[in-house]
Amino acid sequence: MSRWAALYRAFLRTALLEQIQYRASGAIWMIGSILEPVVFLVVWSTVAQAQGGSVEGYGVREFAAYYVVLLIVNHLTFSWTMHDFQFRIQFGSLSFDLLRPVHPIHGDIAANLAYKCVMLVVMLPALIVLTIAFGPRFAPVAWSLAAFAPALVLAFLLRFLFEWALALAAFWTTRVTAINQIYFSLQMFLAGRVAPIALLPWWLRDAAHDLPFYYMVGFPVELALGRLTPTAALVGFATQLLWLVVTAAIVVIVWRRAAVKFAAVGS
Amino acid sequence: MNALRLIGVFLRVGFLSETAYRANFWIQSFESALNLSMALAAIAVVFSQTDDLGGWRPVELTTLIGVYFIVLGAINVVTAPSLQKFLEDIVTGNLDYTLTKPADAQLLVSFAEVRVWRLVDVVLGAGVLAVSLTLNAERVGFVEAAQFTAAMLCSGAIVYSFWMMLATLAFWFIRVENVLQIFWAMYTAGRWPIGIYPQWLRWTLTLVVPVAFAVTVPAQAVSGRLPGAMLLGAVALAVALLAFSRWFWLKGLQHYSGASA
Repeated sequence: MSRWAALYRAFLRTALLEQIQYRASGAIWMIGSILEPVVFLVVWSTVAQAQGGSVEGYGVREFAAYYVVLLIVNHLTFSWTMHDFQFRIQFGSLSFDLLRPVHPIHGDIAANLAYKCVMLVVMLPALIVLTIAFGPRFAPVAWSLAAFAPALVLAFLLRFLFEWALALAAFWTTRVTAINQIYFSLQMFLAGRVAPIALLPWWLRDAAHDLPFYYMVGFPVELALGRLTPTAALVGFATQLLWLVVTAAIVVIVWRRAAVKFAAVGS
Repeated sequence: MNALRLIGVFLRVGFLSETAYRANFWIQSFESALNLSMALAAIAVVFSQTDDLGGWRPVELTTLIGVYFIVLGAINVVTAPSLQKFLEDIVTGNLDYTLTKPADAQLLVSFAEVRVWRLVDVVLGAGVLAVSLTLNAERVGFVEAAQFTAAMLCSGAIVYSFWMMLATLAFWFIRVENVLQIFWAMYTAGRWPIGIYPQWLRWTLTLVVPVAFAVTVPAQAVSGRLPGAMLLGAVALAVALLAFSRWFWLKGLQHYSGASA
């Protein structure tokens, strides 16, 4: 246990220093992730106003609450491994990662956490501004809010592992952008980013409940807002855990094959 | 005349070198089609709950998406890859070779790289635009067509000048690529009519990053709902930005001391 603590302390320290060094580029990347929920918030507020105040139980200020929480959850759970894994293979930095006596995923987790710590500097003011600008109305339910914390941790793990598994496709193909785009498109709709999934057509909503994407973003968001019944929350947790186990198994199996297949340039 | 011939040569060379990678065409087609379907699906989800979004009907919003993809493709065919190469050339010192050539450096830099397959976005966007216009009950007359052409030309000039000005910053600063990311982040907001956004965001998307003039104004023009003053404003802004970006480029060039100096 203390070995892992020491390991993560070392990883986190270097990752933090690195992120502080590149803070400006990090902050610029945040613009996109803040703007996306704002755009959909504005779109749905406009719709709610046109429909006499609310759509499917979401009024203008409920949409504001949904998208403010979504901004937080989406930010905390996102990762970028699948976008840069091909470069790590192409330019060989993966060879160094493989020389270390730990699985490379731990370095990635540390880098991810470090980025999010440093970006609090951007995130907190953005949240304050958005709260003032859009006046979200929260009606939190105690048990649901308590369940939000574990759901968020599981959502992070699920999304991180899922995207890490996708990143491994780079061992077999150089066309990873196409794969990433398919994933992104599915995620936008089924995770509740384009709209709360209650607003999707029934067949998409059903698919969202069965597939893993909703449990990466939308599920914790709806828990935080107290929009789920206790039964729905329990079923949600069960599905989330099931997908987490499946995804973790895929990462373990595929990584083993990938590492064997990998032949570093120059070796 | 010489400039046009030079552009023609650049486009031909770019075309030839890209056609060597034909598989990329299929990948690009796939990605573009997926991207476009996603944008249309988002509209479909929104209009399953309402039939009017800030005064825009579904068919008009489809027109907007068409324009969005045409402009997106146009940026990615020449402007973005060429200026990306320019940024790299400043770092590697290759810009010195460009400057020694006996032609206008801004011209050389602006057309240095051509990504022909990104034309797929333009073609798909034009297709969506054409379909939406046939579905629209209100006919597009000569006036609308002329206004649309003018608005598209302004859109191109404004976006090009904007990119050129940002790229020129590279004479003074490093890591300008990151600033260009701001453009892409903001550009996605152009999938929806600028009018629905709150005041502060509308001004940002009009003046700081010219998304309004790039996408919303041409889409309004073709639907015949563009105030004449707005079109004049677009023309004035296009001319002003072209002139300013030219002046700024020359200023930057003066400042540039070469890789070996």
